[in-house]
Amino acid sequence: MIRVVLPQHLRTLAKVDGEVTLEVDGPVTARAILDVLEARYPMLCGTIRDHVTGQRRPLVRFFACAEDLSHDAPDAPLPAAIASGREPFYVVGAIAGG
Amino acid sequence: MTAIRVLVGTRKGAFILTADGKRDNWTVAGPHFAGWEIYHVKGSPADPDRIYASQSSSWFGQIIQRSSDGGKSWEQPASMDDPAPAGDDGGIPGMPRGESNKFVYDTSAETGRPLTTHQWYDGTQHPWEFARVWHLEPSLTDPDTVYAGVEDAALFRSTDGGRSWAELPGLRGHESGPRWQPGAGGMCLHTILLDRENPERMYTAISAAGTFRTDDGGQNWRPINRGLKSEFMPDPAAEVGHCVHRIAMHPSRPNVLFMQKHWDIMRSDDAGDSWEEVSGDLPSDFGFPIDVHAHEPETVYVVPIKSDSEHYPPEGKLRVYRSRTGGGDWEPLTQGLPQQDCYVNILRDAMAVDSLDPCGIYFGTTGGQVYASSNSGDRWTPIVRDLPSVLSVEVQTLP
Repeated sequence: MIRVVLPQHLRTLAKVDGEVTLEVDGPVTARAILDVLEARYPMLCGTIRDHVTGQRRPLVRFFACAEDLSHDAPDAPLPAAIASGREPFYVVGAIAGG
Repeated sequence: MTAIRVLVGTRKGAFILTADGKRDNWTVAGPHFAGWEIYHVKGSPADPDRIYASQSSSWFGQIIQRSSDGGKSWEQPASMDDPAPAGDDGGIPGMPRGESNKFVYDTSAETGRPLTTHQWYDGTQHPWEFARVWHLEPSLTDPDTVYAGVEDAALFRSTDGGRSWAELPGLRGHESGPRWQPGAGGMCLHTILLDRENPERMYTAISAAGTFRTDDGGQNWRPINRGLKSEFMPDPAAEVGHCVHRIAMHPSRPNVLFMQKHWDIMRSDDAGDSWEEVSGDLPSDFGFPIDVHAHEPETVYVVPIKSDSEHYPPEGKLRVYRSRTGGGDWEPLTQGLPQQDCYVNILRDAMAVDSLDPCGIYFGTTGGQVYASSNSGDRWTPIVRDLPSVLSVEVQTLP
C-alpha cells in the first residue's frame, strides 16, 4: 500500500482528509503513483502534471524519505520505504512568495 | 420578488453578494474556493442558476467550477460529483467522460492553421502555453454552452456544460497570430461579447493584439482596429498589437461598441470596422473597465487611472466618470467614493450593471471594496470593504 500526502488545496479538490492510500501494480515510481492517483481522483488531472506533456508543474515538488525527488526521472524507482508504505510520498506546493 | 446577485472573483476566492430589489441590505457569502485565484464568475443568461467559475493557481493550474443552484453548491463538471449516466458511451458511471480542466490548443492539420508560436517579449517566437482562463462567457440561449478566453490568448468553447473544451482555432490561427505579444499581465483573451441580434457574430479582445470579430460563429476572424493609435508601437496605427483593455456594448445596439484602451476611450458605430476617440474631457484616458447603462445606450462608465505606470486614481480620488452622450463629455461621480488618499485600481472585468430601473452599477477594487450604486452612479455605497483584491465583478438580475 502506497501512502501519498497531498497539499491542502488538492485534498480539498479530491475531498479527502489526511493521507491517500493507493495500490500500485509493478515498479513503484512517481509516474506509477500519479497514474493511479489521477485514475482514482480524476479532478486532480492537470493539477500536479501538465495535461498534455505529463511534466511536473513548475511549482509542485515531490519529496520522499527526506529527499527532494522532483528532478528525478518519473520512471526512476522510488525508495523501498515508499514501496512498502513505511514512508509517504509527498506532493508539495513549492514555497513561493513573501 | 426581484433580487440581485453580485458574483465577485478575488485573488483568494469567490464571493456572492445578494440583495433584494431595493439593493439596500446585502448578504455576503464566501469565500468559495478559498485561497485560489478566481479570475471570473459568470451566470448563464438562459438559466441564472447555472454559474461558471474560473479557479486557478500558479501551483496547481486551472480548474473549472460549475453551480446549478445559483452558487450555493459547486461541482467540477465531469468529475465524480457530476456522474454520467451509464452505458451510452461505454464509460463507467460516476467517472469522468470529459476533462473539464483541460484546455489544449488545436494544432491539428485539419484546421489548416496549426499555429504554434507567437511573439515573445524579446521579439523571438514563443510556443503558445496555456496559463489560465481569464473570462467565461455563457451562451445567451443555452446554459450548457460557454466560451472561455484564455492566456496565452485563445478562445475555447464548451457545449456540454463545461465537461470538455475545444478551441475555436480560427482566431489564434489568423495570419496576424505570430505578431501578437503579451502585455505586462500576460497575453490574455479577456473580453468576449455576444451579439443578441446575430448569433453568428461575436467580438473578442486580446492584450496585446487588439479586437477581433467573427461573422460566422467563430470559424473565421478578422482584426477590427482601424482608428486605434498606440504610441508604444513602431507603427501606432498597425492592424494588430494594440493593448485593448476592454470593450462593451449595449444589448439593443450591438453595432455600437465602446472601448477602454491602454490609453484612450474609443467608440465604434459600425461593429468595429472603424473607431473614433471619445476620451473628451476625462482627467486621464487610461483605465481598465468600461460599461454601458442597462437602459440608456449612450450612457457609458469608466474609471480613470492616472497612467500606465501609476495604476491608481488621479489625485488619490476615486471617481467613476459617466458620459450621457456616448463619450466626449464626461462627469465625475464621487458621492460615497473616497476623495482622498485612495490608491486602488479597478481591473478590466471588475465592473458590471444590473437591469433594474434605475440601473445599478457595481465595481470592485484591488483594495477589496465592492461599491454599488442603485441610481445609475449618482451615489455609491460599499457593499463590502475588506475582501481580497477583486479581479472580477458580474451581476445577475433575478426575477
